[in-house]
Amino acid sequence: MREKEMLQTDNILEIRDLFVEYRTFDGTVKAVNGLDLSLKAGMTLGLVGETGAGKTTAGLAVMQLIQQPPGIIRGGSIYFNGENLLKKSDRQMRAVRGSRISMIFQDPMTSLNPVHSVQDQIAEVIGEHEKIKKSEAVIKAQELLEMVGIPAARSKEYPHQFSGGMKQRVVIAMALAANPNLLIADEPTTALDVTIQAQVLEMIKELRRKYSTAMLIITHDLGVVAEVCDAVSVIYAGHIVEHGTLEDVFDHNLHPYTQGLFDSLPNLQDRKVKLKPIKGLMPDPTDLPKGCVFHPRCKYSMPICETEKPARAHRTDGHYVECHLYDGGDVKKSKVRTT
Amino acid sequence: MQNKKRYRGQSQVYQIWYRFRHNKSAMLGLVIISLLILIAVFADVLFSYDGIAIKQNIMERLQAPSAAHPMGTDDYGRDILARVVHGSRISLGIGFGGVAIALFGGTIIGAIAGFYGGKVDMVVMRVTDIFMAIPNILMAMIIVAVAGTSAVTIAISLGIAAIPTFTRVARGAVLTVREMEYIESARAIGAKNSTIISKHILPNCFAPLLVQTTLSMAIIILSVSGLSYLGMGIKAPIPEWGSMLSASRAYLQGNSYMAIFPGLAIMLTILALNLLGDGLRDASDPKLK
Amino acid sequence: MWKFVLKRLLALIPVLFGVTLLVFLILSFAPGDPARTILGAEATEEQINHLREEMGLNDNVFVQYARYIIKGVSGDLGTSYKTRLPVVTEIVSRFPYTLRLVVVGMIIAIIIALPLGVIAGVKQNSLFDRLSMVLSLLGISLPTFWVGLLCILLFSVTLGWLPSGGNDSLKDMILPTLTISLCSLAGIARTTRSSMLEVIRADYIRTARGKGISQAKVVIRHALQNAMIPTLTVAGLQICNMIAGTVLVENIFSWPGIGRLLVTSIQERDIPLVLGCIIVFTICFTIINLVVDILYGVIDPRIKAQYKK
Repeated sequence: MREKEMLQTDNILEIRDLFVEYRTFDGTVKAVNGLDLSLKAGMTLGLVGETGAGKTTAGLAVMQLIQQPPGIIRGGSIYFNGENLLKKSDRQMRAVRGSRISMIFQDPMTSLNPVHSVQDQIAEVIGEHEKIKKSEAVIKAQELLEMVGIPAARSKEYPHQFSGGMKQRVVIAMALAANPNLLIADEPTTALDVTIQAQVLEMIKELRRKYSTAMLIITHDLGVVAEVCDAVSVIYAGHIVEHGTLEDVFDHNLHPYTQGLFDSLPNLQDRKVKLKPIKGLMPDPTDLPKGCVFHPRCKYSMPICETEKPARAHRTDGHYVECHLYDGGDVKKSKVRTT
Repeated sequence: MQNKKRYRGQSQVYQIWYRFRHNKSAMLGLVIISLLILIAVFADVLFSYDGIAIKQNIMERLQAPSAAHPMGTDDYGRDILARVVHGSRISLGIGFGGVAIALFGGTIIGAIAGFYGGKVDMVVMRVTDIFMAIPNILMAMIIVAVAGTSAVTIAISLGIAAIPTFTRVARGAVLTVREMEYIESARAIGAKNSTIISKHILPNCFAPLLVQTTLSMAIIILSVSGLSYLGMGIKAPIPEWGSMLSASRAYLQGNSYMAIFPGLAIMLTILALNLLGDGLRDASDPKLK
Repeated sequence: MWKFVLKRLLALIPVLFGVTLLVFLILSFAPGDPARTILGAEATEEQINHLREEMGLNDNVFVQYARYIIKGVSGDLGTSYKTRLPVVTEIVSRFPYTLRLVVVGMIIAIIIALPLGVIAGVKQNSLFDRLSMVLSLLGISLPTFWVGLLCILLFSVTLGWLPSGGNDSLKDMILPTLTISLCSLAGIARTTRSSMLEVIRADYIRTARGKGISQAKVVIRHALQNAMIPTLTVAGLQICNMIAGTVLVENIFSWPGIGRLLVTSIQERDIPLVLGCIIVFTICFTIINLVVDILYGVIDPRIKAQYKK
């Protein structure tokens, strides 16, 4: 009942209770654990968390590009425009990949095939999803490259002839080649110099204005989130611990982990304020703690946190948190700093 | 689970051994090689050398495999099983001897070339290129033609022929290790060059050299039998797998078993060494798995 | 590009000098007297000494080598002690046989090994993968001459389908090429598989999958070309091994190529002929390595860019 209701909403992407594992020699890595995610058409969602929190795995799961073996999707569902992608056949999924959903992968340095020219690599996507001749696809590829700021004269060149920033532009052009409805960008700026980062972000914003493509931005950088996102999901050990609009998460955050992320940022107004990094490290994904997975690092940890997973508590309709501090909807403001 | 966690903190050798132990085919190779070594060591206990392996017995020549002679007898009436068993001594002996020479010589030359670089390196590598331009077996053929065909000269010539391969492997490994920071820090605290080479660099070249050792041993054993097959290696009546195969040529019609068992022995030895080598390579470079 | 080829060919010259000097020096210690070999057992001491003088055998080794090189540069590699024919003539008459054997053997090996390795690599741990890798492991563990012997045993002696020797008809070629290609085939298949395994995990393969193109296109267009570099290296090594292997295979099948010529000339201490054969082998190896290097450039634009420098 409820499922059908939700599928009729205007969410372009809806992930429910997703579990992904990697079964390696050293043990089973539980990368994604009961992940929920929803993204409205035309909107941009930021998926924020530390390295190793399962962000990339979540993105790859949507594309169904998880290397199998060792990876395996253990459970859950991924609805794209109301259709469960996990129920699709390989052939059906291929029609979605690159054309309706495309992904910008993490490292532009290694994401391009070294033995093909950049225009050929872009033309390949166009040729695959549109019924046009190869020569036309190449011309279209050159137009796309011009759009992301690479002169047509250089389109016959190979990836090794481009700088990191240029490669990222090529990757973005490739992702946009078939006008996708959803773009997943995995750390689109991390591998780049700061100045180039700004250029690329500016480009992403402009593309969003022009084509109103829905975007899922995977990042650890709250600056990027503030710049381009409408909503934010905070992920910890493969699970969303807090979700809300940009304003909810930036100004009314509730989860101790979210607050820890903000406390780890330098304060530009007052540099005398000490950074307060979150203590400890991400838990070993082959051996996650019982109860709330964050409790070993949490300064508000209570006995219940060690044994029971917290339920979801809503602050508003669109803003929720999973933490025992808010059990029964009772937000214990005395313990939590309000901004 | 606990066990798996612990192995990561251990020394490199332990880690390699840990991963190796969990590789079934590699362990199979190790078991086969160990058995072959045991057979070679106890060959005299199994079959008397003078009494069976080389004793001619015309009355029993060319007998097909039977209970008395599980692998049959050859053209001189000698028990083929006994000869195959004693043949393992020759093959493994020359294999170990040759590879020891190559490992010792190649590692020292390669380590010096890689460590000092510059002109030393250039000269060593040019000479190595020249040696490498002649395939092992041809090089060995030429040396054997001059030095004679005893097991010792064959081991030495095949060992010398294999030196350049080890030189390259050792040099490559040294060049990689040399740039690492812990070498810098050893230099910074004033360690001598010889100390740096023996204490820091060589232990870290252990894995690639170990892999190359198994592979080179396979090549040497193949070469020994090849040389003997051509009549340029171990001479009759000494039981050697290659020369046994060579003798079988005249009797393929009707006595094909003569051509089967010595060949199987060579194959089993080489197979075991290849399994061992593959296993060691995978174990020392886990990211390929 | 041509500059690169020329440079590589020039680099062959010092190697040839080194190789010939090395072999010359080793063989100078060879037991036996070539003059006696030529003249036979009945020759008098005086006759032998005369011939030794004539052949320059009484001179210092290095003088002899210098003389050999001076003549060699003008294309005269001396005369065979045994047949009294010019070494060049002997080699020219034998070389085509070896060439035929190696080229056909290589083509067979590559045609079978490449698809085998690619499929095994893409379908890692499948039944096909396991089976073909067990077979190729056996393949690299088989001594060439034993394979030849078994081939003769099966196809000539038992079944009577194919001749065990000779060099007249196409039929005569089947067993030697089969034998010589088998071990190389196994080696190439193994390398192709392992480099496919490595490439298939690369980020750009994920990018290619992300485009929604079919598995076949991902493998052929994106993975194979990148995986070809290590495969080529090994294929080059395997051709060299094949050429070295001709000393065994040509003997088994009485194939009148350079490999057999080398073996007989070593056995007969026919030094000029041995040197001639070694020179041919060395040139072959260099050309193969050069071709491999050029192919690297064709496959990988990054390497091509280096060649242009």
